[in-house]
Amino acid sequence: MSILTPTRGTHVVYSINPVAKLAAAFVLSFTLVLSIDWVSASVALVLEGILFLWAGLSARQFFLRTLPVWVAAPAAAVTTVLYGRPAGATYFQLYLIHVTDGSFELALATLLRVLAIGLPAVVLFVTIDPTDLADGLAQVLHLPSRFVLGGLAGLRLVGLFLDDWRSLQLARRARGVGDSGRIRRFFSQGFALLVLSIRRGSKLATAMEARGFGSTIERTYARESRFGWREAVLIALAALVALVAVTVSVSTGTWNFIGSAS
Amino acid sequence: MARGRSVPPPRGSAAVAGSSDPAGAVAGVAGGAGTGGGGARVEARGWGWRHAGRAAWAVSQLDLVIEPGERVLLLGASGAGKSTLISALAGVLGGDDEGEQSGELSVGGVRPVDARGRVGLLLQDPDSQVMLARVGDDVAFGCENLGVSRDEIWQRVAEALDAVGLRVPLSHPTSELSGGQKQRLALAGVLAMQPSLLLLDEPTANLDPEGVREIRDSVARVLEHSEATFVVIEHRVEIWRHLVNRVVVLAPGGGVLADGPPGDVLVERGAELAASGVWVPGFPPARPVRRARLSSAGSGWPVGDDWSEGGGSAAGLDADQQRAAHAAASGLGVERLLRATDLSVARVKGRAVAVGLALEIERGTATAITGPNGAGKSTLALTLAGLLPPLAGRLEAGEAFAAGAGPSPIRWMSRQLLTRVGTVFQDPEHQFLSTTVRGELAVGPRALKLPQAEIDERVDALLARLRLTALAAANPFTLSGGEKRRLSVATVLATRPSLLVLDEPTFGQDSRTWAELVALLAELLDEGTALVAVTHDTDFVDALADRELRMPARAEGLA
Repeated sequence: MSILTPTRGTHVVYSINPVAKLAAAFVLSFTLVLSIDWVSASVALVLEGILFLWAGLSARQFFLRTLPVWVAAPAAAVTTVLYGRPAGATYFQLYLIHVTDGSFELALATLLRVLAIGLPAVVLFVTIDPTDLADGLAQVLHLPSRFVLGGLAGLRLVGLFLDDWRSLQLARRARGVGDSGRIRRFFSQGFALLVLSIRRGSKLATAMEARGFGSTIERTYARESRFGWREAVLIALAALVALVAVTVSVSTGTWNFIGSAS
Repeated sequence: MARGRSVPPPRGSAAVAGSSDPAGAVAGVAGGAGTGGGGARVEARGWGWRHAGRAAWAVSQLDLVIEPGERVLLLGASGAGKSTLISALAGVLGGDDEGEQSGELSVGGVRPVDARGRVGLLLQDPDSQVMLARVGDDVAFGCENLGVSRDEIWQRVAEALDAVGLRVPLSHPTSELSGGQKQRLALAGVLAMQPSLLLLDEPTANLDPEGVREIRDSVARVLEHSEATFVVIEHRVEIWRHLVNRVVVLAPGGGVLADGPPGDVLVERGAELAASGVWVPGFPPARPVRRARLSSAGSGWPVGDDWSEGGGSAAGLDADQQRAAHAAASGLGVERLLRATDLSVARVKGRAVAVGLALEIERGTATAITGPNGAGKSTLALTLAGLLPPLAGRLEAGEAFAAGAGPSPIRWMSRQLLTRVGTVFQDPEHQFLSTTVRGELAVGPRALKLPQAEIDERVDALLARLRLTALAAANPFTLSGGEKRRLSVATVLATRPSLLVLDEPTFGQDSRTWAELVALLAELLDEGTALVAVTHDTDFVDALADRELRMPARAEGLA
């Protein structure tokens, strides 16, 4: 398995157009960054938690893939506890550190929010196949095929870069310059990799050009990127989660636009 | 698809170089179903090309007509402009900012840039021709760019994969194909575009013998059912000889040196072609006579060769120690450099690619490591070279070889490796560190902290010995394949290691570079250097190896 051939399954979520997944993730994130309150975030999180049952991932896959989010959320919360805007009773103060009732509340809201935005984004992206995404971007969103396909083909080189990096490392040792400082070696090797990757890139570009890429002929697409009711349902679900979260939050009076005083 | 075997036009009309007959231009090249759809006529009139920033013309004053349906093998010495011509025909040479053009070049009566899509080009490097993640999508890529309708694309994809004999599911990941399969995939992608001119630019240079056979057989099958004009560049004539009906030899100075049926050209010009680096059947490159093969190995050090002895007085402490050790050892017969027992090797920690290996490397002997792809040959070589840690088992260096650095090569300092093991990587570009050829050669000696005079002396000697003097100021990355290979070997020799480890040293080399490399290595062996070479090249094994370690195909469950 590599970047280009992600987990595939028979689950319906795998066949949903990646553009719809992007849109769904965007709807959720955009709504949830508008406010920092714990109510909207926790409502969204609960609803998302139910929807994750249809995400096409096993529990193990789910926690492995979303691990970075589970690490990032508490880290953001701790920082907020220590440095968040002070309000209410003070528990501890040292230089810039100011732990208060307000910073605790803010921290909880931050924790929930990072989860509520991060988890669905990761879950939706894990099941995106880059080739399908490129098809969607070009056919549904009508982005220029030059950029979309150029990027897609370039992505394939990433695997080669890893091999190149390993070879460069061995070659440096073999040539007697592998004893110098780690940092210095890293940068010189990084530069060598850059040179190699530019060469690989230009070779790839020539090969693509030789296959008629970038000519004036209007391009057709071998794979149709469909946008049907399933895609609409996914986006509608995301919008519904966002709407319920905002409604509950506003009606309980906890909704606060970012930047407005609490 | 069901087209009869095409009949090439009579040779008489085809050989008329520079004939100006625009009516002969075949324009009927629009694709229908089926591979081919008529061949394109190629015409060059006084054509030339000079790359931007170069003083010399890569090709000049070329008059050449290739009639529709002809199958041409394009030969010429390194630097005769073969690749330039083929890139120009494919319309990928670039615009005015890439270089300057003279004369005229046409494909099917139009400029090559306007004929793009009607011309299919297969390049050398399998890795840089795969564009997409799945086999079917990759083959379809060219058709999409030509605006072929969706239904027809998939029909063409199936036909093209069938034509090249690549029988994998359309959703098969392209990253899991072997080199030969990737090349066939690229060929299928080109065929699906139904070109009227099919161009192959050294398609087998990066492939092992099995891959070479695969691609040759695929092309043979394709040509049987195609009327497309066909032009191939290749050092190794043997591969294509029976698939072409015309051989054109480009002259290094410009123009055409020889042109005619394969039999005639190869017989009349065989010796000349062989001397310029072409592998011509019946004209094998010279092989050196090894003064001492295994029986007397280690007894001839050093034999007063000016090249290895030049500046030998100041060869550094390590070399002196080795020399002394060798003198002591030669009295006793064979001196062992390395001994591997029950060795397991892995490129990535924990993933063994070969297990239970046993071998010994003695001074002045050549060991060839052969075997199928994926057997772990390169991994073993890199482990012997002290670059990869053994996964299990033992790898011990002899006391004299280690010269105080300890018995385990992987624990040696990078600098200590220089005088002990020299490794030549399969891809020379991985080991280049400098911006000039001269600087590249000085890297090792400088790391050894040799005096400047000594460095200059060694570098000059190597430049001369490997015909690189004229390129001393050039950037290593801009050299040709053969030059890069010679440079990568020279950089290693600059520190005079006792053991040379070479990974596919003769891959894709022309016969001249091959002969030079083999002669140089034979000389080093006679002087007492030990050699370990990973190779698929049976000629190389015959010419040099004292013993051959044949690695078995990777065992199941060793993934």
